[in-house]
Amino acid sequence: MAEIVSDTRVSAWGGGESPYAVSSNKLGMWLFLMSDTLTFTAFLITYSYLRLANVDWPRPFGGFSILMATVMTFCLLSSSLTMVLAVAAAKRQEIRQAVIWLIATIGGGVLFMILHVNEWLELIHEGVTPFGNPWGVPLFGASFFALTGLHMTHVTGGVVYLAIVAYGLGKGKLGSDDVEVSGLYWHFVDLIWMFIFPMVYLLSNQM
Amino acid sequence: MSSDHDNNYRLILMVWSSLLILTGAEVLLAYQSMSVAVMLGLLLLLSFGKAGLITAYFMHLRYERLSLVLTIVPAVAFCIAMMFIVFPDGLRILEFRQ
Repeated sequence: MAEIVSDTRVSAWGGGESPYAVSSNKLGMWLFLMSDTLTFTAFLITYSYLRLANVDWPRPFGGFSILMATVMTFCLLSSSLTMVLAVAAAKRQEIRQAVIWLIATIGGGVLFMILHVNEWLELIHEGVTPFGNPWGVPLFGASFFALTGLHMTHVTGGVVYLAIVAYGLGKGKLGSDDVEVSGLYWHFVDLIWMFIFPMVYLLSNQM
Repeated sequence: MSSDHDNNYRLILMVWSSLLILTGAEVLLAYQSMSVAVMLGLLLLLSFGKAGLITAYFMHLRYERLSLVLTIVPAVAFCIAMMFIVFPDGLRILEFRQ
């Protein structure tokens, strides 16, 4: 009798199975990234909508700014590459190598932050604030700083997160799965920049 | 095992260089003269291509079980598509102002 009951209720979703074949940490990270994607989409669409609807939208990004933003893109893309190598090394149990690649990833993130802060300071120096700017539509500053600020918060958080993972991995407290989950987060930060770079910088460049 | 490892390494390097090339294409595109709506569309198209490469290969989604992919991708894609509804309105406002 009991056997029949359990037979009819056998399902991959009944418990004791892993329908996604991933750890709960990894699933949790994916779910977080799903919601974060939508937050960033809202910010990106706000900026692009305003850009589209205003003929007098400021175009403050000259050749040098675009070059710097391209270098920043290169930093993030390359740090994603070193992150992939860190995960691969951790999976092979080559802990020392994994830590070195993680430190390289952190280096890429820090370089990105330095270039970005430098760019913010230049814009602030030219008079761009969240409430106005010398060129036109005041919403430029608000939408620009909200979007890039949210992204910068993610990069800063990611650098701290990766530092903790590198430390824990070196001490033997964290394993290759933890490196993989932190990798998902880092690639996501990179992915979002792949939209910010064209939507914000390239669409507001000085022709 | 070793050749497998080398193949993976080559694939990741190829993905990374494709991402760099697509970025270069976007920068070149930004200096062509065209309407802002067409430019936005083209840049978005290239960016979604880059996002696809990152999620599939860097985030390893291509090698995950289909059930995970189906849980993540369609829901996010649908929500993003719904948010795109505001763009026609942006163009309408632009027409009023011109």
